[in-house]
Amino acid sequence: MARYDRAITVFSPDGHLFQVEYALEAVRKGNAAVGVRGTDAIVLGVEKKSTPKLQDSRSVRKIVSLDTHIALACAGLKADARVLINRARIECQSHRLTVEDPVTVEYITRYIAGLQQKYTQSGGVRPFGLSALIVGFDPDTGVPALYQTDPSGTFSAWKANATGRNSNSMREFLEKNYKETSGQETVKLAIRALLEVVESGGKNIEIAVMTKEQGLRQLEEAEIDAIVAEIEAEKAAAEAAKKPPSKDSLV
Amino acid sequence: MECVFGLVGDGFALVAADSSAVNSILVHKSNEDKIMILDSHKLLGASGEAGDRVQFTEYIQKNVHLYEFRNGIPLSTAAAANFTRGELAQALRKSPYSVNILLAGYDKDIGPSLYYIDYIATLHKVDKGAFGYGSFFSLSMMDRHYHSGMSLKEAVDLVDKCIVEIRTRLVVSPPNFVIKIVDKDGAKEYAWRETIKDAEEPTA
Repeated sequence: MARYDRAITVFSPDGHLFQVEYALEAVRKGNAAVGVRGTDAIVLGVEKKSTPKLQDSRSVRKIVSLDTHIALACAGLKADARVLINRARIECQSHRLTVEDPVTVEYITRYIAGLQQKYTQSGGVRPFGLSALIVGFDPDTGVPALYQTDPSGTFSAWKANATGRNSNSMREFLEKNYKETSGQETVKLAIRALLEVVESGGKNIEIAVMTKEQGLRQLEEAEIDAIVAEIEAEKAAAEAAKKPPSKDSLV
Repeated sequence: MECVFGLVGDGFALVAADSSAVNSILVHKSNEDKIMILDSHKLLGASGEAGDRVQFTEYIQKNVHLYEFRNGIPLSTAAAANFTRGELAQALRKSPYSVNILLAGYDKDIGPSLYYIDYIATLHKVDKGAFGYGSFFSLSMMDRHYHSGMSLKEAVDLVDKCIVEIRTRLVVSPPNFVIKIVDKDGAKEYAWRETIKDAEEPTA
């Protein structure tokens, strides 16, 4: 197997790791994903690209549980995601077995990021083509947390972030509109960010809310539609308020 | 002198275990919980070498949880029992675990079930089972009084009869027992049967 132990990820003359940058390209082509941290809940949202008619949409779950208090959404190569998610799930249980404590969000993020980095510095392998948004509540402190990892293996904590397709527009929106929210307001903020880049409607968005008491809860399509309708109504009201007052009021 | 026994009743399965942790002639504690709640609808009562007991049952518990996270649904009781037996069998001719297990579970489609798994990886699906010296007494008691479809009250009465027998007839009988049940609403602790209580906390 001598031919397969050559490193694929090597430095370019000007200090770039092209394979990692190409992996980031793959992430940029993946579906949009957003995460928003509130005071008592963290919301993950993913764009659902149009489902082929014959496909059973229930088998395509883009927001997954890693443990009872940790969830993950990602953008990029879904098959790579499956591998990372499996390893993370094993690590969550292994941690519980060895130290009798559930993982903190930072620990499991560091683990996933460490794995992603390993694959940028090993022979015969390519980097994982995905960026992950990891959310959860720390078991002792109960503090909510949102972290992001990328193919290079870097990770950091965020109040709100987006990755995947059009992540820049979503991030800009979040930077302009982020404020500390709780409960339903956090969900609305996440959906509003997603709606900037996704066709509106419950069919095209998957939303999950992580709370300390209930763990991860996936929202039903009907619930999402209702919130989207609320948001549209608020938008329409805001538009009407901006317009100069006319004889026939539109609102 | 560890005692673990269990039985299947009407819509529930029950496991009782003594709660003494002993090292030669020293009793470390009398409130050791030897019945692990494996997941929402499974109980694992274990007896045997103390280190092996905890190591092995915790290992099984974490792997059962891992299955649930990977697949989105919990393992069935039969699958969990077979997995446990498989792990014991694999280790048997390398570095065996000295743990005897009674695995009780409730599945929505099958109802309650009880599995007898001994330290050399024997697996039997049973209506009643017991391990340890106490089994001489509890098994005989259950043979006499058990019938299928017992109510919870009848079953607990039978368990109490068994505990009385063990207390009367076993030379170094454990002072305290714990009883746990699993039914459609989940696995939970039912009661303790104590003759030696820990010293009361001094009140302010």
